[in-house]
Amino acid sequence: MDIVLKIWRQKSATDKGAMQEYQLKDISSDMSFLEMLDVLNEKLIVEKHPDGPVAFDSDCREGICGTCGVMINGRAHGPLDKTTTCQLHMRSFKDKDTIYVEPFRAKSFSIIRDLTVDRSSFDKIIQRGGYVSVTTGGACDANSVLVSKEQADQAMDNAACIGCGACVASCKNASAMLFTAAKVSHLGLLPQGQPERFSRVDNMVKAMVDEGFGGCTNEGECEAVCPKGITLGSIARLNRDFLYGKIKPREL
Amino acid sequence: MTNKKLQSSIPEGKIENKWDKHKFNLKLVNPSNRRKYDVMVVGSGLAGASAASSLAEMGYNVTCICYQDSSRRAHSIAAQGGINATKNYHNDGDSIYRLFYDTIKGGDYRSREANVYRLAQLSGDIIDQCVAQGVPFARDYGGTLANRSFGGAQLSRTFYARGQTGQQLLLGAYSALSRQVGLGKVKMLTRREFVDLVLVDGVARGVLCRNHLTGKIERHSAHAICLATGGYSPVFYLSTSAVGCNVTAAYRSYKRGAFFANPSFTQIHPTCIPLSGNDQSKLTLMSESLRNDARVWVPKQAGDKRDPVEIVEDERDYFLERKYPSFGNLVPRDVASRNAKMVCDEGRGVGENGLAVYMDFSDAINRLGRKAIEERYGNLFDMYQHITNENPYQTPMKISPAVHYTMGGLWVDYNLMSNIPGLFVLGEANFSDHGANRLGASALMQGLADGYFIAPYALGNYLATQEFSQVSTEDEAFTKANESADKFFERLMGIKGNKSAKYFHKKLGTLLWDKCGMSRNAEGLREALAKIPEIRKEFWSDLSLPGDIDEFNPELEHASRVADFLEFAEIMCHDALNREESCGGHFREEHQTEGAEAQRDDDNFSYVAAWQYQELGEKPILHKEELEFTEVVRTRRQYK
Repeated sequence: MDIVLKIWRQKSATDKGAMQEYQLKDISSDMSFLEMLDVLNEKLIVEKHPDGPVAFDSDCREGICGTCGVMINGRAHGPLDKTTTCQLHMRSFKDKDTIYVEPFRAKSFSIIRDLTVDRSSFDKIIQRGGYVSVTTGGACDANSVLVSKEQADQAMDNAACIGCGACVASCKNASAMLFTAAKVSHLGLLPQGQPERFSRVDNMVKAMVDEGFGGCTNEGECEAVCPKGITLGSIARLNRDFLYGKIKPREL
Repeated sequence: MTNKKLQSSIPEGKIENKWDKHKFNLKLVNPSNRRKYDVMVVGSGLAGASAASSLAEMGYNVTCICYQDSSRRAHSIAAQGGINATKNYHNDGDSIYRLFYDTIKGGDYRSREANVYRLAQLSGDIIDQCVAQGVPFARDYGGTLANRSFGGAQLSRTFYARGQTGQQLLLGAYSALSRQVGLGKVKMLTRREFVDLVLVDGVARGVLCRNHLTGKIERHSAHAICLATGGYSPVFYLSTSAVGCNVTAAYRSYKRGAFFANPSFTQIHPTCIPLSGNDQSKLTLMSESLRNDARVWVPKQAGDKRDPVEIVEDERDYFLERKYPSFGNLVPRDVASRNAKMVCDEGRGVGENGLAVYMDFSDAINRLGRKAIEERYGNLFDMYQHITNENPYQTPMKISPAVHYTMGGLWVDYNLMSNIPGLFVLGEANFSDHGANRLGASALMQGLADGYFIAPYALGNYLATQEFSQVSTEDEAFTKANESADKFFERLMGIKGNKSAKYFHKKLGTLLWDKCGMSRNAEGLREALAKIPEIRKEFWSDLSLPGDIDEFNPELEHASRVADFLEFAEIMCHDALNREESCGGHFREEHQTEGAEAQRDDDNFSYVAAWQYQELGEKPILHKEELEFTEVVRTRRQYK
């Protein structure tokens, strides 16, 4: 298939940036979206094109590491539900399509180059509470604390977050609520996470604000694009824990 | 004779007491002195993150670097199946000794008994630790942990979190690491790549890394260095590894004098989605657990291109069941992969290039119902359909073998220290516990055992017993290493040829897969040894690199990794050529039984081959560490 690409090119964080057009011919529909970008880059390198290759992040290319992620035709990770950019194949597009490719945009995700953004603000949120405070060696036998299958499954649903940032890029407020709620829910649903349950949510919400993410207005754009199917229910859980943490009696 | 330079430092005594006794004998560092020691951890996967967080909790001053944009993204995250532990929660007769025995046997008797025993001993502690961190392992209805049988094990000792066990364990280690970063105990530097090891008086005292964002070479001094930089599967270009995985840290440390052990021991995983087209950038693994319910077959007739559903039972060859009636489709990875290659070589392979075999679930679907299969493997079936656009509920999956893991790595002693004092190597980056073949669900176990439970003690002992000179990053050793790093990158940028790094990477990978892949012979290996320098020469005269040296330049990162692969590939071939036997994943065509099974030679090759760097292009020097077996009797691995 032949396609036209309109890609956001920006040399550095301070550069102005603009959309540039590239044509690709004879692209196999079995190719992944990132492989298509590889083909474009190969062409740009060999032809010594003045724009140079398009910088984009990717690593595992099997949808689990969370490194990749771009806006494709205005939608984070492209047209398919629950699919990361690396798992998207060209069969999702038609011959002669024009495809718009842009970086994940948010105040807290500054652009490094082209489609590569800085998502270290996510790490900073986790550093402020996204853990259970246990030191190595301080654990009891794994089966001494029972966890119901339902609890474990729900915790796992939330732990599946890959930290890609699609939720932030799709939110009109650039809120990191879904990301934060996934971690708060994962740990808050498990007995191991109970001792720090309310301080965790408080600290992580503060971190989210400090990192410049916006507030949540329950639009649900994040849920729609999450490649791992994290739902708004997690945000509701965060809100409940946040609120209850403020009003619960101290002697508890 | 065991070489004097290779002191494995295995403690005396009975195998079950070695580790405990050794721990007692290891010197400790007073808690109030720990903050005076700087430890550099390179890599933030299971081994790196667990080591960095554990060392920081103890009070050491830790810096950790990773090439990814976040420490949560290391490739340990992609492991699907599970992690072994000897909890015996299912009362099916598991024990430390049994896991030890299975692992030694599975590695085809090419690993150290003492190391493997310790690994089995620590396996239970890992599960306890991970559960305490909030890793959401699968549970049974009563609330206890669920287990499954995995990778041919005759019992259920594998703990798992859906098909995302690696992700959950890594996020556990990442959370522990993040906690220490938040507390200011670990300095975490992302988008940094190891460039060189700095030695002062023969002792590892520092690391140079390149900041991907600025192109600057940064200098870090340390009292001890842990490399936890994973495996080198992408030397084959196509593999199941992340596209960024590389050999650079291990290889450049090798060039500084660390020995590289068993570099030719690579694992080929039998159940990957076959290659399609010329522009594929990586191969995707389908969890081995699928083999529990699938039957693997090819048409009896070579060149049979019919739709698989049209090929009736009589015309199918269930070759694994036929050749290995007792293990059937569950034979270990190396055996399954090699047999798939054999039927493909006979012209009976399927798929667009005849390199795949069928993995068929129709019997299981008929027996258990579609719903049961969906519950067990739904996410894997979806993934398969996503990639291939074929529905595996209706038509058999096509699978083919792919490079998945590298058992070879830097040589380390029982304390996980290389032959360079102060340089520790953890996880897949070392050679230690898997011998010539790794069993399923063992990699995660090893990475975490090394990081949580071995490195903290071993490093403490080293720091407590070593006398340290004052080292500053302005010292000559750093300046010299920095100058040579600058020259290396300038030289790369200065080639100004016409071909991309990918072109050379692919060319090297194709050659290696062909000559040093699933089966090897002397002629092919010699051919590869003649061709690799040619590709290298072409690389250094015709590479085209865009952009500048002092900016974010992913192509330059890739080219610098390819430059190392182009040198490293030679020692893989030397190692494969030297090992005149077949064992585990290393199959030398000259050494097979009449039934085409691997023919091991315990009299002559029961050793770890540790290679010492010579000038580029010269054959490295071989040092042998003889393996002693006092516990297990070496038998031929029999899966019939």
